[in-house]
Amino acid sequence: MTTAHRHDRTHAHAATADHAPPGHEWEFLEIALRELLIEKRVLTAAAIQARIDAVEGATPIQGSRVVARAWVDPAYKARLLADGNAAVAELGYGFDGPKLVALENTPARHHMVVCTLCSCYPKPLLGLSPAWYKSREYRSRAVSEPRAVLAEFGTVLPEDVELRVVDSTADCRYLIIPLRPVGTEGWTETRLVDLVTRDSMIGVAPARTPQTDHGTDV
Amino acid sequence: MTDLFAPGMTVRVKAGETPGHVRTPYYLRGQTGQVQRLLGTFPNPEDCAVHKSGLPAKRLYQVLFPVHAVFPGQAVAAADDTILADIYEHWLEPATVDAGETTAL
Repeated sequence: MTTAHRHDRTHAHAATADHAPPGHEWEFLEIALRELLIEKRVLTAAAIQARIDAVEGATPIQGSRVVARAWVDPAYKARLLADGNAAVAELGYGFDGPKLVALENTPARHHMVVCTLCSCYPKPLLGLSPAWYKSREYRSRAVSEPRAVLAEFGTVLPEDVELRVVDSTADCRYLIIPLRPVGTEGWTETRLVDLVTRDSMIGVAPARTPQTDHGTDV
Repeated sequence: MTDLFAPGMTVRVKAGETPGHVRTPYYLRGQTGQVQRLLGTFPNPEDCAVHKSGLPAKRLYQVLFPVHAVFPGQAVAAADDTILADIYEHWLEPATVDAGETTAL
């Protein structure tokens, strides 16, 4: 298995290179600033690490709860569509800085979000974006051949449904309200939350259907 | 704040290049679209990127473009698929201007 061995070695070298000592001036600036803040007792190393853990550990659960509330409460959905930041604040979720814009999928129109310029994403609600969202391929093909991209996610849209690609180019972040799956009439908000996947809030997939929901509440 | 471009108005994204941190994608420059709504005003990101205040704030519009017009020939899309993008006021002009006279920045 000489080939496999060589393959492994190549990856080991790449990983080493990724963890090389800082070489760019911005990296030195970050280290200097962080050490000063700790030394001056403005921050502690533990507080910084806790913040890193919170960012890296964030899940799309807050977004799922917002969508589930919108599904069961038409008045809340209207407020969410009118002013995203205020509506998520009602649920106790902070969304400071960018304007949050919610867009609703309908039987006639499906939305799909991309940031062709970089990787803008509603992190406070959805956590860190998936690797594919930041890839050059998704960022370019999502606008030039969106139906082909959707199909690769397993989402085949009927020809009579308008596909609206939302390019998050500036100071807004977009949250998609997917269609509420059929067969969920009478479901509680809590139970619906499990159907609202990250991908459905980006718009590359529908929400889970009760048939594909492997949750425990069956 | 007066609205420069009303919803439904046809606008063209200015063509051309300008250096720096620009939030107008290349693939939409020179393209014609329809204003959907005014999203509000935000400090100009092109100025903020070089440590200026970005003030006065610029109006930001949602503009809708047909996919088949932006990517003729290569789009695998139904006829009415669209791209919705956020474009700052200083990158937009009324589409009554002839395409050949598109204002350079």
